Amino acid sequence: MARLVILGGGVAGHTAASFAAKWLGKSHEVVVVTPNSKWNWIPSNIWVGVGEMTKSDVTFDLAPVYRKAGITYKQAKAVSINPEGKEGSDKPFVTIEYTGQNKAGESEEVEYDYLINATGPKLNFDATPGLGDGQGHMGEHTVSVCTADHAVHAAHELQKVFEKAKKGERQKILIGTGHGMCTCQGAAFEYIFNVEHKAKEAGVRDMLDITYITNESFLGDFGMGGIHFKFGGYITSSKVFAESIYSERGMNWITGAHVNKVEEGKVTYETLTGEIKEQEFDFAMLIPPFAGVGLKAYAKDGSDITSTLFAPNGFMKVDANYTPKPYEEWKASDWPSTLQNPTYNNIFAVGIAFAPPHIISKPMQSPNKTPINPTPPRTGMPSAMMGKAVAASVCDMIKGVSDKPTHTANMSEMGAACVASAGKGLFSGTAAAMTVYPIIPDFEKYPGTGRDLNGTSGEIGLAAHWVKHILHFVFLWKAKLKPGWTLIPE
Amino acid sequence: MADKHVKHIKAYSPQFGTMIPGSFQKFLRTCVLYQLVRFVIINIKMTVLILKSHH
Repeated sequence: MARLVILGGGVAGHTAASFAAKWLGKSHEVVVVTPNSKWNWIPSNIWVGVGEMTKSDVTFDLAPVYRKAGITYKQAKAVSINPEGKEGSDKPFVTIEYTGQNKAGESEEVEYDYLINATGPKLNFDATPGLGDGQGHMGEHTVSVCTADHAVHAAHELQKVFEKAKKGERQKILIGTGHGMCTCQGAAFEYIFNVEHKAKEAGVRDMLDITYITNESFLGDFGMGGIHFKFGGYITSSKVFAESIYSERGMNWITGAHVNKVEEGKVTYETLTGEIKEQEFDFAMLIPPFAGVGLKAYAKDGSDITSTLFAPNGFMKVDANYTPKPYEEWKASDWPSTLQNPTYNNIFAVGIAFAPPHIISKPMQSPNKTPINPTPPRTGMPSAMMGKAVAASVCDMIKGVSDKPTHTANMSEMGAACVASAGKGLFSGTAAAMTVYPIIPDFEKYPGTGRDLNGTSGEIGLAAHWVKHILHFVFLWKAKLKPGWTLIPE
Repeated sequence: MADKHVKHIKAYSPQFGTMIPGSFQKFLRTCVLYQLVRFVIINIKMTVLILKSHH
């Protein structure tokens, strides 16, 4: 019997675990190590953050689902990996520290035959002074929608602002990225439109000055260097598309901004031109930058080999081309396919946990050498596809079908769909539906825009709204492993 | 007569240089019949995208 250990129970880890358990059956063991007791459909946190949904609408308990699937569930955080075992044993293992199951604080060594690292990110609030509390958590000046609890808090604070606006106090809303190296602009993009829509519903829109602040060098970069699609007879840039959406709603924007300090009611930021500016706010939702979760790695003799397994940013090295080179020399083929660690072939990394070879957008920095550019998005749909592909490879390796990975999930050969809502009603509000193929632009295959114009699209309307609703219910159904879950595509 | 869709735009503000949807575009966004057609098309696009992405 082989044991597959999966670190992380988010979109990537949960997908990998679910399929691996189904494909391996009872002949082998699948273990999930995650510090959380609940699974969270993160895209719907946006609706929680404006009070349209509750925490229970977007989360469910993992334990009964894993019990039903025959998956061993350990509510714990991974601390370190010993890929060569330890003195007296060649068996590789991970050291975990429980966060629940009545064992909080207890450590355990969990041996594995195969390991999938799907830990997701550490929300690195402390990278920006004042954005964090100095203890690794969100600070007191801003809110976030990165977790369901954060989103509940955001909705509460937003309501206070609306109440003040109703009393005639003009309010300043600031939404965007809280650091020059953030990713996940899509979440901020969607949140700002939901806040604006909610303000209209509450009758306070005229009392709000709403501003978007972002590390993108232009609106619509989305950490992917922007996209192009056919729209109204033109091949249009996402810059035109995004600017139009903000302008239509009377919202301001600040691009190319590295927020370097957050204080009560004020952020200080550096721009790509090197200027230091300030922006006041009464309510701010700023996405933190992501970092690896800080896993350590040790050789058999106990020496630290963290730099062998992980890149300096804490994300795990896989089969990518990490040779530093200028933007002009970047290629789609730099991106990993099998997501297998090059040193230890029984270790894989999926979702945010793998180290990208480089960013996707063109690197930018201020005259002060401060890097201000989005880091690559690899959440949601790509994460799930990676989880499934790697699970398939590992299952084939366990079953002896092959001694090498049999499936690939290369972001330069996969697309992504993104639906950003504005409101939640079925017949009020609208949403922007975007598809992009491939995620990583391939300028050799698709000269000019880097993407297939037949696979890349963008439009606004009620239809996208319905898709967003369907995705919410369908993916929660799938994640709960309810009947027919395997028929729902990633 | 001022167009209601652009009256909030200030000259030479960032919004001044952008594309603003007019009445017909806004009507289409919420026209249930048209959106039902778009719904089918979006789903087809996403299905094709998914099929192209799995290797």
